[in-house]
Amino acid sequence: MATTFYGIQATATLPRWFSPLALIGSLALTTAMFVVSGFTDESGNLNLLAIAVLGFALYMIMTYLISRGVEGRRKATDRMVTGWVSAAFALAVVPLVSLAWTVFEKGINRLDAEFFTSSMRNVVGEGGGALHAIIGTVELTTIATLISVPLGIMTAIYLVEYGRGRLAKAVTFFVDVMTGIPSIVAGLFAFSLFLILLGPASAINGMAGAVSLAVLMTPVVVRSAEEMLKIVPNELREASYALGVPKWLTVVKVVLPTALAGIATGVIIAIARVIGETAPLLLAAGFTTSMNYNPLSEKMMTLPVFVYTSYAIQGTDAASYVDRAWAGALTLMLIVMLLNLGARIISKLFSPKG
Amino acid sequence: MTTLGGQVKPKVRLGDLVFSRAASVAGIGILITLAAVAVFLFIQALPALNPEADFSGKAENPISYVTPYVFGTLYGSIIALAIATPLAIGIALYISHYANRRFSQILGYIMDLLAAIPSVVYGLWGIMVLAPFLNPTYLWLNENLGWIPLFAGQVSATGRTMLTVGIVLAIMVLPIMAALIREVFLQTPRLHEEAALALGATRWEMIKMAVLPFGRPGIISSMMLGLGRALGETMAVALVLSPASIINFALLTSQNSNTIAANIALHFPESGGDYRSLLIASGLMLFLITMLINMLARYIISRRAEFSGAN
Repeated sequence: MATTFYGIQATATLPRWFSPLALIGSLALTTAMFVVSGFTDESGNLNLLAIAVLGFALYMIMTYLISRGVEGRRKATDRMVTGWVSAAFALAVVPLVSLAWTVFEKGINRLDAEFFTSSMRNVVGEGGGALHAIIGTVELTTIATLISVPLGIMTAIYLVEYGRGRLAKAVTFFVDVMTGIPSIVAGLFAFSLFLILLGPASAINGMAGAVSLAVLMTPVVVRSAEEMLKIVPNELREASYALGVPKWLTVVKVVLPTALAGIATGVIIAIARVIGETAPLLLAAGFTTSMNYNPLSEKMMTLPVFVYTSYAIQGTDAASYVDRAWAGALTLMLIVMLLNLGARIISKLFSPKG
Repeated sequence: MTTLGGQVKPKVRLGDLVFSRAASVAGIGILITLAAVAVFLFIQALPALNPEADFSGKAENPISYVTPYVFGTLYGSIIALAIATPLAIGIALYISHYANRRFSQILGYIMDLLAAIPSVVYGLWGIMVLAPFLNPTYLWLNENLGWIPLFAGQVSATGRTMLTVGIVLAIMVLPIMAALIREVFLQTPRLHEEAALALGATRWEMIKMAVLPFGRPGIISSMMLGLGRALGETMAVALVLSPASIINFALLTSQNSNTIAANIALHFPESGGDYRSLLIASGLMLFLITMLINMLARYIISRRAEFSGAN
């Protein structure tokens, strides 16, 4: 419906409250239809998924028809797309909320002092804890960080400060490709390497797990450090050269300190990413119920593998195994979130002002 | 005395030499690591390719053993991609062109968090929450749409089906895909967008005319990266899927083609001898498939980067 206003075509628009009201209305209508028709499963529950899907479809059709009548076809299409885009977003948030809630609700059961102070040695059934797994995770992640951070930062320095020509291009390209290595392949690689180095009897140990994590972590460190070094202003380097400072000292004393906060943030995010890796550790570091402080010999438990094996290999009194799995999952999520938070705080506090 | 006009050689400092060499070595180290992954896997996979290899009854020959898993890997990932791509485009559009700035920052943080959740947690959630939640819907699909081959067959009683795996994988690859697409969408030249709006385009018409054509290579490469991620995903599949060693297109049954990665995770710990080599060989196969897809994706992105400055 178009009205002419000083020779300009002005189109009628629906009021702002139309969309929310239409959505609530169609969801309520669908629910009512389900209740009235008695369309429930055996235990009398409504199928929420069906209600959401049908209610949303009803909303889309209704909105399109009404909007087409009042505002015209083009605006009706626009409203449809807005509905679809918002629904896509809502669909992505629903699993996150469900997942966070489930992990919290089921994990809190066993998140007690015993969980953090005992291992699973000689535990069948209730009790026991994940201390051996937490120790393993801390040790392996530390070793992986010690390998991949120097390697990653030096590679980033090479790419930004020195690398020219074919080799630098190849390194950039393959760093990107390396970020796509499936984690289980990294585990197989570390296992194969240690099988050749140490022989079949002692191939599976903490060090192999750390190497597999380092393979996954290095490209992430390179990428983030490279980004950070690139945004260091060239004027700083030139000022340093003008004072007669050699290139390597310029990099070490001027460029690196400027980028330090960003690099630290990147490293923490890389740690958060590998700390939850399960598959490579399952293969390369194995699993055990006992404490093992020595990464160079014997199998070593880690937190993600603890979660997996607690669920996958349930002993007698299965419920307590599942409880421990969820408690491990909650611990893991908390660690990952704390690391992410820490990264954010560092980048906020130390980012250059101005 | 040297004559004037001769080249002045800069003094080579020891520190410079050592430091630049160290940096180059690190760069080359990356290439060596990647090569080492392929070489060591190949060495360990070799015994399985011997015609006299003994798989202790678990496999007849390497090719017939690996085929169903290759199929399962590709099938699960393609389902995941089919679900994730439209959603990722929607989310990227929502963050880049619909939500206000404060809100979209929060959304970005939520996506980062989703990306950081360990896969084993997704697996636990998939098997204990998502599968039972979806099972009534599967029953309904099978009863009413069972004439479509995809929904045919005996419905799984647990919900641990190929479709559930596809959905879990889709949720897992969604954050990286959405983040990448959003980056590309945000690079759309502001002038194109404003020109479209000034000509009276609605928001959707502006997106259709300015944003989507500009972002198409980004969408394609993010699909490939998502595919690479989904192909290699292990623990979520190992936990959720009720596996079998067959080729099966049906989405809702309990006889599902397992994936390479999940099969390795399930059988590797108690394997030995030639059978272990066979598992490593299947891992090598997975490595090559994902490498190929990633290289293709990176190639497309790098071509895009050369052009984006000019627009």
